[in-house]
Amino acid sequence: MIRLSIQVRQALSKLTLPVLVAAAFGLMLLGKADTRLAERARMALADALAPLYGVLAEPLANTRTAIDNLRGVVTIYEDNAKLRAENERLRRWQSVALALDAENASLKANLRWLPDPTPNYVTARVVADAGGVYARAVLLSVGPNHSVIKGQVALDDRGLVGRVTELGERSARVLLITDMNSRIPVILEGSRARAILAGTNGSRPRLMFWPEGVTPVEGERVVTSAEANAFPAGLPVGVVHYTVNGGAEVEPLARLDRLEVVRLFDYGLRGVLPPEATIAKMPADHKK
Amino acid sequence: MSSERLPGIRPRPSVWRRMDMTARRCFPGSTTALVLLATAAPLGLPGQPELQASAVLCCVFFWSLFRPASMPPAVVFVIGLLSDLLGYAPPGVSVLTLLLAHGLALRWRRVLVRMGFLLVWVSFILVASGAACLEWALTSLLTLRLLPPGAAFFEAALSAGLYPVLAVLLTRAHQTLAEPEAA
Repeated sequence: MIRLSIQVRQALSKLTLPVLVAAAFGLMLLGKADTRLAERARMALADALAPLYGVLAEPLANTRTAIDNLRGVVTIYEDNAKLRAENERLRRWQSVALALDAENASLKANLRWLPDPTPNYVTARVVADAGGVYARAVLLSVGPNHSVIKGQVALDDRGLVGRVTELGERSARVLLITDMNSRIPVILEGSRARAILAGTNGSRPRLMFWPEGVTPVEGERVVTSAEANAFPAGLPVGVVHYTVNGGAEVEPLARLDRLEVVRLFDYGLRGVLPPEATIAKMPADHKK
Repeated sequence: MSSERLPGIRPRPSVWRRMDMTARRCFPGSTTALVLLATAAPLGLPGQPELQASAVLCCVFFWSLFRPASMPPAVVFVIGLLSDLLGYAPPGVSVLTLLLAHGLALRWRRVLVRMGFLLVWVSFILVASGAACLEWALTSLLTLRLLPPGAAFFEAALSAGLYPVLAVLLTRAHQTLAEPEAA
């Protein structure tokens, strides 16, 4: 080790902080100049941590479920009454749905309708929140030999979650539809009007740019549009909800605050599975 | 002030004792890094990203104030970098914020160390508010988008509330686990 005089050592120790502050500015410029570098460093770290968090995720989820169950015991009576009423309502809807399904099938048969090919999908566990303070994203643990690619669409059992934006060896980052940078072309199901769903970092994204003469109706369903070729048409996104100030927002159908498992669909690669096979498979994926 | 600098004859410390002292010196840096990793785990807490930023700021400020020898600027830099990568902030933002908080803690050290807890807390609240604002401004600038300021307010408030709790734990550690003289 080099022996330095006390004065030199003192001067050096005084210099460290300014030099490191300058290095921090340099880091910011570097991150801005080469965004891939920061992304790669981040995903390398995520790759290292994803298996660890994956192991942790299950007991933590179990703990949360146990707490929820305890809470559920308190409200079991009310819940039961509510569920009974809901079940009654759903049973009526089920008969309507079955009748419509049969009608749809016969109409399609008459029209010689070409069925849409079923997309491939993989199911992945959500291992951590990957948003930070100013973004909304989740980290998925995908196997080492995954087939996930950027731009794949993520859905949970209820609706649209987001898209894969960053990819590592064994982890993937999904930007949620609530993120500031998320813009999704959507269709209002009632009026068939097109609009844009813009994330705000809040729990409900905002609805923007719907055509003149159309007003989104409270409770109207919102689905994706095939515009811009980013999403397939008709994925369920949410329902319209008005704020107190009269701003149109969308309440997402997906449970974005407690995602556990998501499915990543590849709409670019057309699957070979017939539609029935996927329908038969789906319940297995839904169980947690 | 470490006793090694004081005059007097004492036996050369054994290998074990030196290892113990090194471990105690590394305690602040390593526990802060651990706090970072733990708060990035899927705990499912509401406001967890803000909690991560606040907890790290509390740790860095506390150790910079009470044990600057164990929290040198280089360690702060590494912790900031880790925080940026884990917190998905643009790289450099937490590094700069934490380094400035460290610098302020060092500058105010002579006065604050002799003062009571309340004054330390008040000055930490000032630092935390500044840090949250700076982080918000830098992130907005680097992402070229005016971010909602609500998260910054929440982060500042959370830091202010978290500091007394963490300070109790860290003061305990400071006097026992992290004290090289206790080796």
